[in-house]
Amino acid sequence: MTVMLPFLRRIMPQLITLAVIVGLISFMFPGFFTISIANGRLYGIPIDILNRGAPVALLAIGMTLVIATRGIDLSVGAVMAICGATAAWGITEGYSLAATLAMALSAGLVCGLWNGFLVAVLGIQPIVATLILMVAGRGVAQLITEGAILTFNHEGLIFFGSGSLFTVPTPVIIGVAAGALATLVVRRTALGMLIEAIGINLRASTLSGVNTRVLLIAVYMTSGLCAALAGIIAAADIRGADANNAGLWLELDAILAVVIGGTSLLGGRFSLIASLIGALIIQAVNTGILLSGFPPEFNLIIKAVIILIILILQSPTMRSVVIFFSRDPAGAGEVEKETVVP
Amino acid sequence: MPQSDASQPLLRARGVRKIFPGTIALDGVDFSLEAGEVHALLGENGAGKSTLIKCLTGAYRRDGGDILLEGEIINPKGTIDAQAYGIGTVYQEVNLLPNLTIAENLSLGHQPTRFGMISVRDMNRRAREVLANYDLSVDVTRNLGSCSVAVQQVIAIARAVTLSGKVLILDEPTASLDSHEVGMLFDVIRSLKQRGLGIVFISHFLDQIFEISDRLTVLRNGRLVGTETTSDIDRLRLVNLMLGRELEEEIRPHGKDHTATGEPRFSFTGFGRKGSIAPFDLAIHSGEVVGVAGLLGSGRTETAEVLFGVSHHDSGVASRGEGTDLHLKSPRDAIAAGFGFCPEDRKTDGVIADLTVRENIALALQARIGWMRRIPDREQRAMANDYIRKLDIRTPDAEKPVGLLSGGNQQKVMLARWLATNPSFLILDEPTRGIDVGAHAEIIRLIEDLCAQGMSLLVISSELDELVAYSHRVIVVRDRHHVAELVGNEITTDNMVSAIAAPEKETVI
Repeated sequence: MTVMLPFLRRIMPQLITLAVIVGLISFMFPGFFTISIANGRLYGIPIDILNRGAPVALLAIGMTLVIATRGIDLSVGAVMAICGATAAWGITEGYSLAATLAMALSAGLVCGLWNGFLVAVLGIQPIVATLILMVAGRGVAQLITEGAILTFNHEGLIFFGSGSLFTVPTPVIIGVAAGALATLVVRRTALGMLIEAIGINLRASTLSGVNTRVLLIAVYMTSGLCAALAGIIAAADIRGADANNAGLWLELDAILAVVIGGTSLLGGRFSLIASLIGALIIQAVNTGILLSGFPPEFNLIIKAVIILIILILQSPTMRSVVIFFSRDPAGAGEVEKETVVP
Repeated sequence: MPQSDASQPLLRARGVRKIFPGTIALDGVDFSLEAGEVHALLGENGAGKSTLIKCLTGAYRRDGGDILLEGEIINPKGTIDAQAYGIGTVYQEVNLLPNLTIAENLSLGHQPTRFGMISVRDMNRRAREVLANYDLSVDVTRNLGSCSVAVQQVIAIARAVTLSGKVLILDEPTASLDSHEVGMLFDVIRSLKQRGLGIVFISHFLDQIFEISDRLTVLRNGRLVGTETTSDIDRLRLVNLMLGRELEEEIRPHGKDHTATGEPRFSFTGFGRKGSIAPFDLAIHSGEVVGVAGLLGSGRTETAEVLFGVSHHDSGVASRGEGTDLHLKSPRDAIAAGFGFCPEDRKTDGVIADLTVRENIALALQARIGWMRRIPDREQRAMANDYIRKLDIRTPDAEKPVGLLSGGNQQKVMLARWLATNPSFLILDEPTRGIDVGAHAEIIRLIEDLCAQGMSLLVISSELDELVAYSHRVIVVRDRHHVAELVGNEITTDNMVSAIAAPEKETVI
């Protein structure tokens, strides 16, 4: 239990934010927590948030690792489009489901390898390196779909977007499984520490014998793989690959999820769980705005304002204000504990 | 000496207190600075020097006491406010903008304007005028980043003096300068002193304190130990004041016997890299300390970097023992061969500041084992606590981010990182630079212990006394060549100095 305490303290701001937003939505929309089962699948607003939030959550996993190395991956939205297009093309060309999935996932890995090569081998700044694929990626996706929206009707593939397993929607299962697997791998092996070391001080890590080049490439490939999963889900959900709109702007949501999750854009310490909660916060805001019945033209503005409030509340300035006020009689001991015990 | 108000000191701190959670950083410290004096501020790391400076410049809010400038109580709210009062500070790491020109750096924040536009001509002219006072003839349109650290330092001083003009605080300005550059900086300090500025000078180098300061104030554990006139105090007494313990001599010089014979553990033949270090031969025996002496930029660090694979060697071969070839293309190769390397610049090349002491110590070993097999937390903790005890690393616990420790303790963490990998050959580049006298002696003792246990060490140091103390052999480097090798009784500071200085009596190895 004592081991869990620092972990809980780390994700507390994100949990509180999520609780407040869910609270607001349920206040405006009393039927919020109603969950029903129809056709062997769970339905309800919370399920919808999880389901719709899955692609961004997947992107956020890879993005967290990339940002922890002091990088950034702007290409994930375009990689989603490429992988979605690959999947749609594979299935319409008559390849088996397994082969189609393998091709789509490989496409994501290749994209990640490309980014990793530019960053780790050629030493190009990550924001520039991934910008290339962000722009070119949609072109590649258009080449694959030959400029059209490639639709398909393969039940197996559609299952990844709108199917369910044991009443739970497939995207939710994929998101949770990927999150759990990534957390397990990163924290049960030394990867997490090595990635943080690279993000904090690349040169010192190299001099300590950390294989920084290989690790950097691996991190970008992980991001590519996560984008591939998200791309497959997005394509399967609409039963078609839209090279222009699949995953559009989602790289920004993914970065935002990481930021809300409290991982610094300057690299270093990261928390995958906090980023995943960040992704849920973003989706909860999206869903909440839709439910609230505001005219849709207000949506982006409202979302921006809510995100701004979240970020202000999490800012260091705000934190010191909170500490200042809690310093008075009752809170004094608490604050001291925080500073003495790191 | 120039004078202002004869009765009042220029700057005075009276009973200044500063409390951090858990510790009293400054406990009623008095300090006074006269116009036209250089006042050295001394103390071990953590004695409260920086805290005092930060209270004087308003970077910290003090918890008690007064600060008086020319007899008036002032309460600067920050460094900019302090500047307006006339107190300027220059830090060890020049905090100007390397990508702007010298002139732009000098006038940043109040550029001369004409019709609302910056007048580059006026700016450059003014910069030249300012720098003329410092005997510095540089092209003011050059980027600051392209100048040497010493020139940058002078420019930082020039900017601080232009902006403030009464008090100049220099926080370890000489830490990354070589002796020639220190001389140049001291000329600048002397001329500012002539102009009546009060200068606070912080340095770890006792020689420099004796050379430049008029008075000195010693702090220990946040308390004032005393203020003395520099000419009235000798080295031994000063060290006593700082450490608060009797120290017979700082280091015991004793040229070691050259015991290393027989097969070398590692040998390097014709090892070199174009443009950084000319090909050299080097044999490393077990239980041997090889010292490397030379000026900054002479090729001493380059020697270490080529050996450790930080920069590729483009000539020569390395072999282990009887002649198994070693491939040293990267630090990973070197580590696999049993090498370790503590680089000179701890901050950029050494510690991972935000990681904990435990993680920093485990890093190199973990990197060698590979990411798959994580060293269990329990073992990491045991290992960290073991080294914290053995090397006397001062930290509340192993989970403290290493960036919060003092320089000497960071250096010990670096050593612990390599010792954990159990290396057979350890390269230390300036292991005692920028750390306090106490930790200094401990690190020297540690080098001797490691060597006694059979480890081979290559130690680069600009403190020649230190090399005399522990080296079995000393390689002298000049102009990117290994120019001499001193063995046993030949190892004296005089011999090293003459080998570094004289290009004539060459004993090329």
